[in-house]
Amino acid sequence: MTTPSTRYAQFKLVLLGESAVGKSSLVHRFVKDSFDEYRESTIGAAFLTQTVNVDENTTVKFEIWDTAGQERYKSLAPMYYRNANCAVVVYDITQAASLDRAKAWVKELQRQANESIVIALAGNKLDLESDREVDTSVAQSYADEAGLLFYETSAKSGENVLELFTGIAKKLPIDAAASRHRPVPKGVDLSKPSPSSGSGACNC
Amino acid sequence: MEEEYDVIVLGTGLTECILSGIFSVEGKKVLHIDRNDHYGGESASYNLTQIFNKFRPGKEVPQDLGRDRDWNVDMVPKFLMANGELTNILVHTDVTRYIEFKQISGSYVYRDGRVAKVPATEMEAIRSPLMGIFEKRRMKKFFEWLATYKADDPSTFQGMDLDSMSMNEVYAKFGLEPGTKDFIGHAMALQLDDSYLTMPARETVDRIVLYLQSVARYGKSPYIYPLYGLGELPQGFARLSAIYGGTYMLDKPVDEILYDDDGKFMGIRSGEEVAKAKICIGDPTYFPSKVRAGDKVIRAICVLKHPVSGCDNADSAQIIIPQNQVGRKHDIYTTVLSSNHNVVPKDHYLGMVSTVIETNAPHLEIEPAIKLLKPISETFMGIATLYEPLEDGKADNVYISRSYDATSHFETTTDDVKNIYRRITGKDLVLKKRPTVDEEQAAQA
Repeated sequence: MTTPSTRYAQFKLVLLGESAVGKSSLVHRFVKDSFDEYRESTIGAAFLTQTVNVDENTTVKFEIWDTAGQERYKSLAPMYYRNANCAVVVYDITQAASLDRAKAWVKELQRQANESIVIALAGNKLDLESDREVDTSVAQSYADEAGLLFYETSAKSGENVLELFTGIAKKLPIDAAASRHRPVPKGVDLSKPSPSSGSGACNC
Repeated sequence: MEEEYDVIVLGTGLTECILSGIFSVEGKKVLHIDRNDHYGGESASYNLTQIFNKFRPGKEVPQDLGRDRDWNVDMVPKFLMANGELTNILVHTDVTRYIEFKQISGSYVYRDGRVAKVPATEMEAIRSPLMGIFEKRRMKKFFEWLATYKADDPSTFQGMDLDSMSMNEVYAKFGLEPGTKDFIGHAMALQLDDSYLTMPARETVDRIVLYLQSVARYGKSPYIYPLYGLGELPQGFARLSAIYGGTYMLDKPVDEILYDDDGKFMGIRSGEEVAKAKICIGDPTYFPSKVRAGDKVIRAICVLKHPVSGCDNADSAQIIIPQNQVGRKHDIYTTVLSSNHNVVPKDHYLGMVSTVIETNAPHLEIEPAIKLLKPISETFMGIATLYEPLEDGKADNVYISRSYDATSHFETTTDDVKNIYRRITGKDLVLKKRPTVDEEQAAQA
């Protein structure tokens, strides 16, 4: 579906934010362009990929890590932040407290992740404008101050979702990463079958 | 937390995390708790602050040691066998998608005061300084036999009955010398002491074959190691568990284990909260009255600013000092790692020495290994007691894991995982292949 482009790079993107602000729904909208009102907490595939075309000849592939619920009791592992190139920190515009939590996640990212990480703040549930508790200007000025990208989104309607991910893609160091077409492991590929597998399939 | 679960798991060590992952994938509702604020329990990798808190409480971390997060030091040093069971479990559960592995550059053994590479092929045996010319020929014959050996085909046993013959008798058949037996038994079969010599040979032969096949897999040594330290392993399996619905709570004290009138596990209490389940899995630290203390292990973490000359200045290595070589009953294990594995900052190396304690002066027991590492800029030394459960858990539904032992790899850990699984379910663990990222993507398309 994507035309061959001259520049291509892959990046790890992590999602953060309080439970029920719509982290998974945002990704769902981005990856599958669908929305499920009664989406259960994340179970099963919490590792998705999606590409965006930044311009005619530049494609960025996101390798998206969902929290898998481990943020609920402050149990996210250092592994989650490891080598993350970008992060979407989500809050709910109808819950003022969720912005405070988002600010705490931004601090955590600055402590645990790469210095060069690109962070976007996403005020989700824009479709619930009548219940809004967080003014756009308040979040915008915080984002400016902290050096974050800022978007208000609706996973339900799809508004601004692609813009959010494209905005991040434009900020990423594509040229530096483009030389490695895939995140080629520095190490060994464990799934490669053993040269001397003897009896063949294992029945562990 | 205040709900009913199928399984409550206490402690986030590797054994617990693998089991938590397996049960979540099988559809069980799992609550996984750790009283610590980090993953890994005894099998965690520590950053600088955590290292100083543990070994030098109250002391300032020196500035010249670099950034906190550049340090990921294993509390229990081990390597994975490339063809071992943990690798198999990692591949089947596709936890490999979260962790990158690197080869360990070399496997070395100490003999007659010097360190040499463990030969793993006929060619290496011919070149090895470990053996004289005639012994090399005998070793070559031994390797030639192992290359044709198939565990399930007795016609490949060269007429030997490996279930009744002892390993000593097998060595005798090939005419191998005591010094050669030392490195085969201890640096290849990775036996901890010499009791294996009089036991049926099959287990040791299988271990040697595992070693050789592991070397054959990537070439340089039989060992692989996760970037950022072994602490990535429990984190990876915890993530697997969470993705399949497991609930994680760190920094959560367990104040009481609750039992019903029949003495069966019922749940746990943390502060005012109670979580219920019929089955509990936990590490020994949560059940001090249900475990017995066994051997004690000394582990020394040595920070170096140079590679280890004895192992060809490799960026990583294992050096085994067989017990006989230094007049001991237990081998001394040394692992060497570097910034290439993201466990120390650039230009630093890590030497980790461990052995089962035999005297009242354990720090002197590890001196032969320490000598190989000198000069050492920082040493952190600790002694750990190994615990094992008193009972199999069927009476009270509390299934307790064993401490991580002195072996240099994870084969005994995965044995414990399988053993606990069998005790709980009555069945052998059969891992279903989880789809890889690519397969998941294809299914979504």
